Amino acid sequence: MTTYEPAIHFKDVRYSIDGNPIIGPITGSFPAGQITTLVGPSGAGKTTVLKLCNGLLSPDAGEILVEGRPIGSLEPTALRRKVGMALQDAPMVNGSVYDNLALPLRLRKKELSETDAVSWLEDVGLPADYLHKKATELSGGQRQKVSIARTLVNHSDILLMDEITSALDRGSKREIESLITRINEKYGTTIIWITHNLEQAISIGDFTWVLVAGELVETGESRILEKPADERVRRFVKGELQ
Amino acid sequence: MSPIALSLTLIFVLIPLLLSRTLNLGLEKDTLIATVRSIVQLFAVGYILKFVFDSDSYIYILMMIALMIFAAVHNASKKGKAIPGISWKITATIIAVEVLTQGILLGFGIVPATAQYIIPISGMVVGNSMVLSILFLNRFTSEMETHRNRTELILSLGGTPKQAVHTQLTDAIKASTIPTIESQKTMGLVQLPGMMSGQIIAGADPVQAVQFQLLILFLLLTTAVVSSILLGFLSYPSLFNERMQLIRQSND
Repeated sequence: MTTYEPAIHFKDVRYSIDGNPIIGPITGSFPAGQITTLVGPSGAGKTTVLKLCNGLLSPDAGEILVEGRPIGSLEPTALRRKVGMALQDAPMVNGSVYDNLALPLRLRKKELSETDAVSWLEDVGLPADYLHKKATELSGGQRQKVSIARTLVNHSDILLMDEITSALDRGSKREIESLITRINEKYGTTIIWITHNLEQAISIGDFTWVLVAGELVETGESRILEKPADERVRRFVKGELQ
Repeated sequence: MSPIALSLTLIFVLIPLLLSRTLNLGLEKDTLIATVRSIVQLFAVGYILKFVFDSDSYIYILMMIALMIFAAVHNASKKGKAIPGISWKITATIIAVEVLTQGILLGFGIVPATAQYIIPISGMVVGNSMVLSILFLNRFTSEMETHRNRTELILSLGGTPKQAVHTQLTDAIKASTIPTIESQKTMGLVQLPGMMSGQIIAGADPVQAVQFQLLILFLLLTTAVVSSILLGFLSYPSLFNERMQLIRQSND
């Protein structure tokens, strides 16, 4: 069996809000250059895990290593550029598609050339004439594509996807899935992807983390979802845990 | 005004009381409390002002202004509980605005440095700064709540807290200062300002009353804009920690 360097490693990580434990203790790795899906019932702490990965949250206890370095030693803005995140509802800033694509660079007082912007758009399967469309005029699938392209502008080594296909129709879902696979293959980007769809988790993911009530109950290659060892995972796969 | 004439003004309190009673509006208690409080507070202030004017001491003037600021901060702080240390931020804002405006007025000799001018003008500046602080805090906290995902988006793309709140901050500053600017556009057409009306009733020359009113209007313009901006830039850093994380995150 091939072993992979961990892109992100959690060691006894705990996180709580006002004394109520949300996750942990969690110990596990997201293999570099691979697609890991994060599945589990609602409220399992999946989004919390993503936010811990790019420093939008900090753990109460334990250690998170990003490419071998303690997360606290990385400057927050540099960390978030390295570990990019596409949010569930793909929020857009006011203005055109170009304004949204240029946003990551403008935050660093740089500009994105139109040629580069078109190339990012084409990378996510959108035609060049979308560049000057208003972001508010985009469909759900197009918003998600622009959101992914906007995250790519930062040349992140690790991409976090928070249920980016949950509100999309079957066609758009397939397009986004093949887009993520392409990004992973083309740039060798590590992908960590929250999904509710187990079929998607098995077909897209190389590896899977199953979270239940803030605990990492099973982890390994995605096919573990076909024959789960843990009773809670079996119930989740059967649809008894939502 | 004779004591009898003053007593007769209570008719204007009796009218709402009777209407409230007849229509079961339930406003009697609050109306009575408001009436008694305004009588006691205004007379108390009147006698204190008389004492301060007679003594002509800067210490008493400063004490009066400190009292006004204390009351204004106490009132405005209730609206910004979500922002840590808001009382100190409002105090710093109001003091800065008071120092700036009085500095210009007294420094350029626009008004004489006497209690008769300093105290009423300070009252208007501090009161206006308090109202603006409340308007700003109301708007800013609701903007932050409504556009939480926008804040999170900018942070997740590697933006700083200042960049993450920029739109919400400028929207709140604009929204809180617009009423002051708009009301100045119709000033004199829709309503005669209170201070000007008071001066005219007291027998002052209307043109001189207008000159003083203009001074106050321009002063309040600065007060409004500076209060909102200053409070805005003092407030937003408290919403983030040293790791540039929004404090009190919501999670799945």
